Amino acid sequence: MSNFSLPEVHTLSILVNNQAGVLMRICQVFARRAYNIDSLVVSKGSKIEFSRMTIGLIGEKEGLGQIVKQLDKLVDVIHCFEHNPSETVVKELMLVKFLVKQEDRTEALQVIDHFEGETLDLTSESMIVMFTGESEKMDSVLEMLKEFEIVETVRTGKVIMARGQLET
Amino acid sequence: MNLDGAQALLKTLNSLGIEYIFGYSGGAALPIFDALETTDTNLKFILSRHEQGATHMADGYARATGKPAAVLVTSGPGVGNTITGLMTAQMDSVPMILLSGQQVTWMLGKDAFQEADTFSISLPVVKHNYLVKNTNDIPRIAREAYHIATTGRPGPVLIDLPKDITQGEFTGSLDAEINLPGYHPEKAFNIDESKIDEAIELIKEAKRPLILAGQGAMIARADKELMEFAETLGCPVTSTLLGKGVFPETHELALGMLGMHGTAYANKAVVECDLIINIGSRFDDRILGKTEMFCRNAKKIHFDIDAAEINKMIEVDVAIIGDAKASLQAINKKIKPLETQEWLKHLNGYKKKYPLNYKKQGGLKMQQVIDEFYQLTEGKAIMSTDVGQHQMWAAQFYKNHQSFEWLSSGGAGTMGFGFPAAIGAAFACPDKIVACVVGDGGFQMTLCELATAAIHKLPIKILVLNNHYLGMVRQWQELFFDDRKSGVDLEGNPDFVKLAAAYGVKGFNIKRPVDVRKVLQQALDYNDGPVLINAECLKTDNVFPMIPAGAPLEEMLIERPKGQMAKPEGST
Repeated sequence: MSNFSLPEVHTLSILVNNQAGVLMRICQVFARRAYNIDSLVVSKGSKIEFSRMTIGLIGEKEGLGQIVKQLDKLVDVIHCFEHNPSETVVKELMLVKFLVKQEDRTEALQVIDHFEGETLDLTSESMIVMFTGESEKMDSVLEMLKEFEIVETVRTGKVIMARGQLET
Repeated sequence: MNLDGAQALLKTLNSLGIEYIFGYSGGAALPIFDALETTDTNLKFILSRHEQGATHMADGYARATGKPAAVLVTSGPGVGNTITGLMTAQMDSVPMILLSGQQVTWMLGKDAFQEADTFSISLPVVKHNYLVKNTNDIPRIAREAYHIATTGRPGPVLIDLPKDITQGEFTGSLDAEINLPGYHPEKAFNIDESKIDEAIELIKEAKRPLILAGQGAMIARADKELMEFAETLGCPVTSTLLGKGVFPETHELALGMLGMHGTAYANKAVVECDLIINIGSRFDDRILGKTEMFCRNAKKIHFDIDAAEINKMIEVDVAIIGDAKASLQAINKKIKPLETQEWLKHLNGYKKKYPLNYKKQGGLKMQQVIDEFYQLTEGKAIMSTDVGQHQMWAAQFYKNHQSFEWLSSGGAGTMGFGFPAAIGAAFACPDKIVACVVGDGGFQMTLCELATAAIHKLPIKILVLNNHYLGMVRQWQELFFDDRKSGVDLEGNPDFVKLAAAYGVKGFNIKRPVDVRKVLQQALDYNDGPVLINAECLKTDNVFPMIPAGAPLEEMLIERPKGQMAKPEGST
């Protein structure tokens, strides 16, 4: 039996060829060992031929090094890094739709103001607000908005960039 | 007139040096099959009788030469039948180019006739794969596939070819260059000298060193460098199942195969060594026993071309990532002889105490058939095996003198591999004796290829070691499941000699130990096509030595223990 270790949060940054099927190749490395992906962001890289993937994971550290090496080995992967939180900036974007009556709107705006949210849609009964920042901030926002009726949330998942001279 | 996509494909394969295409026709592959008739190339097409057989033929061809062959099949069930063959090649790092026909592009995703999502189905069992969407991409993709299949750690590459793409007009360049920004096998030849120096420090300190030679050394064609390394150090060498032959098994430093059914002296050397130098093996679970216990008191050096293999199963002290030949050339410049006489003497004591042997009384033993075949061929045949008891006995008793002469499905353990792999090897090496040792179980999975071997008059020696059981599973049931035989009795086996005759293949029966040599000699003298020898062997013999899965190597069984054993907790 392997030693028990607490689940940890890990973030991988993967630069891949911008081609059909590449996401499947990445996912297969996780799926074959039943390792769950917590968040996934895919978008164009700075060069048109590459895509950038940021994958958030919650799991044991054990085995992750192997996953990184197996990802790096894929023909369509240019590189794959696991970054320390200390060497990266990490951001997330969240949209929240919640019901708010007119008499409670001032209170809602105070919360939004505190977390530097941006109101994108306002009706007599509801609001859509955008927040950006670290994942923990998103969790706090949701905690504070609990007193209103949250209808939907959409989070992008984490995007990261390595600090200084480090390559992401 | 311009080429079509299929013709461009075949011309590209031809220019890459592909010699053989093994395959089976079908609707979606029709343009490619037609191009075989209309294109001027040196490609030879061999029609198998089942797509799985075609993949194992290409696999056997590659294992016997180090060069890839192509496989050509149709869509849907055609390519579905190749999955086992792809997996077998992928697990054992065998290069292969698989070309599958596919429905026309505008029908993809619409459950069209014989449409299958080949890209997704094959993804986990290939090194890389392609779904071609543009006729003019064909030469580039074929070149990339060949490059990926044959460099770095080799493996199979699949190219899925929709019918409209292969019959579409080709207006591109046949010399289109590859474009693989994420694939850099050339890095394997830059060896980190600082790691070589670290390894040298460990080697200097070693009193009881041991080399573990794997297939990686063979693929890199590092036989000579390995010999220099072992002989200079005076270091004994054990090999994995797939590494058999990269170091001659008759050499005085050779200990034979290690692992679950390895020699006692190889496994004892693993237990007692103070330094293990793994050259091109991936520390497979069949050789580790209980992983945490493996060589726990020894220092470990791992040479591997695949960085993902380092510290996967076993944490090592020094890792040298790169091509085995280049790495050994680098380290050979820095090694000095070690004082190993005592250690070698000690291991020779084990060789005398625990030799591989068998009795010639009490029924016909598979070991005897293999051993006598080894003696008659002087170990010079290309030996292909299927999977099971006969495979392990062949590994023990058929000693290999050089690389590329031992063809056996190791990682995947694919029954049905042995006979078609021998067919591929027979096409590749017409000047060598090619034999396969198969069980009555595995042989029946792909014996339809008797027709393929017969029409091409391939002089393959097919040794069917027939115990009317799935012997290895029966052995486990005997040892670990109170001898409850479940799903292992092959009652209903055909008369294999009559079956061979039905295909026009010559056959012999062996029933008595005393007849073995005479019949094998007759089979070796017959070269007008394949010959099948059905040896009626002891039904309930067991392979020893044996390390029960998950047990440490220290608990190796030299012979059948009395009474029932605890169920092994390790992997299957």
